[in-house]
Amino acid sequence: MWTWFHRLASPPTFYRLADRFAPWFGIAATGLLAYGIVGGLFFAPADYQQSDAFRIIYIHVPAAALSLSIYMLMASAALVAVIWRIKLAECVLVSAAPIGASFTALALVTGMLWGKPMWGAYWVWDARLTSELILLFLYAGVIGLNQAIEDPRAAARACGLLALIGVINVPIVHYSVEWWNSLHQGSTILKMGKPSMNADMAQPLYACLLGVYFFMGYVLLRRTQNELLLRERGTAWVKERLESSNV
Amino acid sequence: MSSDFLNMSGYAVYVWGSYGFAAVVFAWNLIAPRLRRREILKELSTTE
Repeated sequence: MWTWFHRLASPPTFYRLADRFAPWFGIAATGLLAYGIVGGLFFAPADYQQSDAFRIIYIHVPAAALSLSIYMLMASAALVAVIWRIKLAECVLVSAAPIGASFTALALVTGMLWGKPMWGAYWVWDARLTSELILLFLYAGVIGLNQAIEDPRAAARACGLLALIGVINVPIVHYSVEWWNSLHQGSTILKMGKPSMNADMAQPLYACLLGVYFFMGYVLLRRTQNELLLRERGTAWVKERLESSNV
Repeated sequence: MSSDFLNMSGYAVYVWGSYGFAAVVFAWNLIAPRLRRREILKELSTTE
């Protein structure tokens, strides 16, 4: 188990595996997202209350779910990076932040565009919205720290500590709609028991959800490869790849 | 494409705005690492 882990965490092995898996992640993401978006826009029936405005859900919910998942992934990498100083974990940590920031921004923007016609306001300082905005600032903080500190190892350490402190915000975002009296509605799909959505509406949503996770996997692998190339410059395996133009 | 579909029962700005911004986010996520890769390769090939 540990030898397997060590081998996986070795930069050349990870780089090679990323090359092998990334295309499949890309294909899975493309297929699922195409199915989900087409189903969501064309085949799902209009909502009885929100009519066609509800179609924003196929972007908003996957983006919001991903914004929290990427944070957890980033924080896990941060823990490994801070404790064991594993280079691969540092690369994953700094690679996850921009992806997370972009999907948090997407969740916020689509939420605002949904809030305006349904709540009558683009923004309210409600627990869910505010904590999601703090999530964006946490991602921005990690990105900023990483750019501000010259030495990549010191930068990763600082980013890791910030990411770990920010974990407090994750349950706040997740449970905000239950803990506080929020304008934001509760979860529709994670509810136990009777599904509260019609299958024609729900299936494209599941496809989009799964699709964005594969998409995140694809982008994360590619970004992590970039970081590995930079940090491992001068090593034999990078030189070899550069010489054979196999990068 | 019918104008009904484009109109989204009056919510066109919000629905298409959301999908439009999503397209931007997905495109950026695909393009940014690719450009960075090119930059890194140029940097590494000149320094080594």
